[in-house]
Amino acid sequence: MASSLRRKQAPAAATARASARRGPAGLWNSLPVLPRHLLAALAALALVAVLTSVTDGLTALRVANVGYYLLAVAGLQLLVGFSGQISLGNGAFMFIGAYTTALMVLYTPMAPLAVVMLAAVAAGCLAGMLVGAATARLHGPYLAGATLALAVGLPAVALRFPDLLGGSNGLFFSLRGAPPALSGLVSDSQWKALVVWFVVLLALVVLATTSRGRLGRRMRAIRDDEAAAATAGIPVGRTKVVAFVISAGCGSLAGACQAYLLGTATPSSFTLALSLSLLAALVLGGLGSLWGALWGALALVYLELAGEELAHAMGLGSNVANNAPVVFFGVILIVIVMAWPLGVQGALSRLGRSLRGR
Amino acid sequence: MRKPTAALAGALALALLATSCSGAGQTEGGGVGDLDVSTGVTDDTVVIGTHQPLTGPASAGYLSISQGATAMFDYINAQGGVHGRRIDYRVQDDVYDPTQTIEVTQELVMGEEIFAMLGGLGTPTHSKVVDYLNEEGVPDVFVSSGALMWNNPEEYPLTYGYQVDYTKEAKILGQYVAENFPDAKVGYFYQNDDVGTDSQAGLDQYLADMVVSDQRYEATAPEAVATQIAALKEDGADLVVCACIPSFTALGVLNAAGQDYHPQWVVSSIGSDVPTLKNLLREFGESDELPVEAMLNGMITSGYLPATNMEDDPWTRFYQEVHEEYGAEGELTNTTIYGMVQATMFARALKAAGPEPTRQGLVDALESMEWNGPGVVPFASSADDHGGYAGALINQYVAEGDEEGLEELQGPMVTDREGGDITEGAFDRATPEEYDFHD
Amino acid sequence: MNHFIDLTLNGIANGAIYAALGLSLVIIYQATRVVNFAQPALALIAVYLAYAVYLATGSYWTGFAVALASGTLMGVLAERLLIRPVHGRSPLSAIIVTLGLLLALQGAAGMVWGNGDYSFPYPMDFRGRFSPAGAFGLGAVAVVTLLLFALYRFTPLGLRMRAAALHPESARLSGVRVGLMLTAGWGIASAIGALAGMLAAPPFLSPNALDAVFVYGIAAAVLGGLESPFGAVAGGLLLGVGLSYVSGYAGPELTTLAALAILVVVLSVRPDGLFTRPVARKV
Repeated sequence: MASSLRRKQAPAAATARASARRGPAGLWNSLPVLPRHLLAALAALALVAVLTSVTDGLTALRVANVGYYLLAVAGLQLLVGFSGQISLGNGAFMFIGAYTTALMVLYTPMAPLAVVMLAAVAAGCLAGMLVGAATARLHGPYLAGATLALAVGLPAVALRFPDLLGGSNGLFFSLRGAPPALSGLVSDSQWKALVVWFVVLLALVVLATTSRGRLGRRMRAIRDDEAAAATAGIPVGRTKVVAFVISAGCGSLAGACQAYLLGTATPSSFTLALSLSLLAALVLGGLGSLWGALWGALALVYLELAGEELAHAMGLGSNVANNAPVVFFGVILIVIVMAWPLGVQGALSRLGRSLRGR
Repeated sequence: MRKPTAALAGALALALLATSCSGAGQTEGGGVGDLDVSTGVTDDTVVIGTHQPLTGPASAGYLSISQGATAMFDYINAQGGVHGRRIDYRVQDDVYDPTQTIEVTQELVMGEEIFAMLGGLGTPTHSKVVDYLNEEGVPDVFVSSGALMWNNPEEYPLTYGYQVDYTKEAKILGQYVAENFPDAKVGYFYQNDDVGTDSQAGLDQYLADMVVSDQRYEATAPEAVATQIAALKEDGADLVVCACIPSFTALGVLNAAGQDYHPQWVVSSIGSDVPTLKNLLREFGESDELPVEAMLNGMITSGYLPATNMEDDPWTRFYQEVHEEYGAEGELTNTTIYGMVQATMFARALKAAGPEPTRQGLVDALESMEWNGPGVVPFASSADDHGGYAGALINQYVAEGDEEGLEELQGPMVTDREGGDITEGAFDRATPEEYDFHD
Repeated sequence: MNHFIDLTLNGIANGAIYAALGLSLVIIYQATRVVNFAQPALALIAVYLAYAVYLATGSYWTGFAVALASGTLMGVLAERLLIRPVHGRSPLSAIIVTLGLLLALQGAAGMVWGNGDYSFPYPMDFRGRFSPAGAFGLGAVAVVTLLLFALYRFTPLGLRMRAAALHPESARLSGVRVGLMLTAGWGIASAIGALAGMLAAPPFLSPNALDAVFVYGIAAAVLGGLESPFGAVAGGLLLGVGLSYVSGYAGPELTTLAALAILVVVLSVRPDGLFTRPVARKV
């Protein structure tokens, strides 16, 4: 697969160079990476703002859900898609972010949101460093097994310290909504969706810029051939740990966004099913590209709804209807992975190439 | 690469600071939404909703609650509904995951525009939407949980409890055990969450000196029950008080039977649904040596609702008929009745809210209601007490030969959740025929 | 002291179940280099079929046979229809396909049989300190392990299976039908998975009944080393007993956390599990 990825990228780079000589696309491509990413993020934020302002609160909630799932899946993309380490446990980092947020909101209500979110990122990075260091020597399925145990084991911490972490009932709290000055203009849920997307997009800019840079190249080198990368002088162990740290930071920030949005942190939200869904969404969306994370996040939020709608429309019996969404998700997963090895993004870019080719 | 990343991190921090200058956790208490509305009410229907675990690990024990409520509403609708309106009861699956509870609740409130929430299930789940429902002005009626927090009219004026709270119930059980088994060596077997801790708070008021063993189980670790029961046996407990969900009562009873350990079982209402327990234990009672009835025989339970084994109770008979005509497959269990009673009481409150119901009308109806059934203990939904069932009676499951039934050991008693006395709670109970939830 | 013995015996009984599932994962990993996440779902369907047969015929052992047979069949079908097409792609493709199968089958079980609990019998009398049912579980795992050992060591089929897994190209050249061998591996593994399901399901069967066993089964396989059937058995028993002590002495809420701790400690010392012989790996 790795080699097919490289095959895919080479012509893409060539077309980019070719288009640099043409019109507005050329101007866009001549910009340095960072401003380009920032402009794209700004455009995306504007899109979210328009989308949430013309729809109701429920859509705003779902748009925000897509936002934090996007960040969690993008973090996983960096780890799995770029550095080639398979993690089945990134839900555990969301757990850390959500509980960091909950504790800060409950015990230091004066702390601004930015501080809360940065604390969540810091907690996540720390956890990522520990996990990354502990698992740096593990390969393939052993890493998968260890991270799976992490996803199942870590939420039990909340059960161990019920007084601080609320036990199995978890913690709940209310958060500031829209600032008073804007209270007539945007509803709380619209405001929260905007804040979530703002945070998510900023983090994505960091991710996208990082993955274009030296670190990204090192990760891909390790993914494609670890031994060769080591021979070429790339610090394999450290790069792997760094990938874990960034991925965990993203997961934790996603968890913080979820806690900010929903005002809750509960162990039963951070199940193995969540961690596995993140990985499934990643592969479904497409490995190796941050766009894949977007399609994956959309699938996480909307496929289940589609399954419900479908079951409802077909007027199925209750046992069948109740279980239809999960079966639907499972079948779609199998079909997409078998039909499009590179996921939705792979299929889209192939489509794009064949259209341009004509 | 290093520099732009550092600059970005700085930008991230600054931008975030700009988005919110004041503390994230500082909120003004949310007011209650406008109640003089009839959202969800049309000329011929009233839409209400609930969140329940229909899939996932928690679903096994709770599926039949919404099935029971659905059957009851089907019955009421077939009788012409309430004031000519049929009740459209929408059940949303939250998989017992609070993040999904929040989403489906918003879907019910904003998407399906429900008039009221009925019997949202679970403490970890429902506690996350109480604020929201109150702020949106959606009556949050008869929460399906025995946690203490639902009875807080000042903070949650629209939330009404249903199930007797775990502490009240445990006090009544504790007192009964202390008075009737003064020499017992008591063992606790309870769930490692608020079901356990709230129950223990009540039990300890009467039994603290008699406890010889204290075992908690984790709902995700059924494989450990065998050794927990062995520890109770080892510690010499001859009376085990169980604050468990039904599958763990069944596991406890089964493992005790397996270890030739025969304590007096005392089980609070959430885990003592006899038909459910018999169903769970069916395969292990096939042999003549160890019939299911013998495993459960003598179990002392607390209860506040009509139960399947109360054959003479008019409400039990009534629910049996409704179940046979409108219910889901399988026999009637007390978990089903739990949902049926919720539906019955909601229909009655809706009826009392008048022919043109508003949310305020429903609240007024609830707060002025003199409840006289279907439960077997008094029910509180007054302006300053949203506690729901206020106490419990105590029964014993007795099985001899082919006969089985519940024997009443102690009539209805009521109490508070603090250190207050336990007093008699007798009241005149109406029959289904007198109950005017339909025209 | 009594408590300690109880914990040990219960740990062994549970460990045997983790070992059985771990064993089935190892066989599949050896054959196709895939960690089969769908294994518990295949086992679940097999157990439900056994339950249906048991209800219809009244015979537990007929149901047991049906479970093993249907488990084998489902394993064969899964390999042929779902895994073969993604063979040779990234290991993630196969993982995701098995994950999709897990979701679909678990949901399907709920669709057909509902999400409620069914009372599900033990193979033998469950009563006693170390009950006949517990002994049966341990014995079954021991027998299966010995059979596997004999299969791989002494029979031509086992030899071909090993050759197909380790050196597919040279095996093909010497006339081994590699594809058939891989399918055989999946069939055998899924039969063992179904056995694990039959041991794990009692006393209550529901679509989520095997969730915890699944996690510990994977942990057992990784702990022992994915290359070693003996390792999976040892890993399962070790995990069962270890978790039983943690649950009994420190609290039942800590079991999953303890599984994590055991795994991290063992893998940090031996990254390829306890019983995988360290070999110079070709990257």
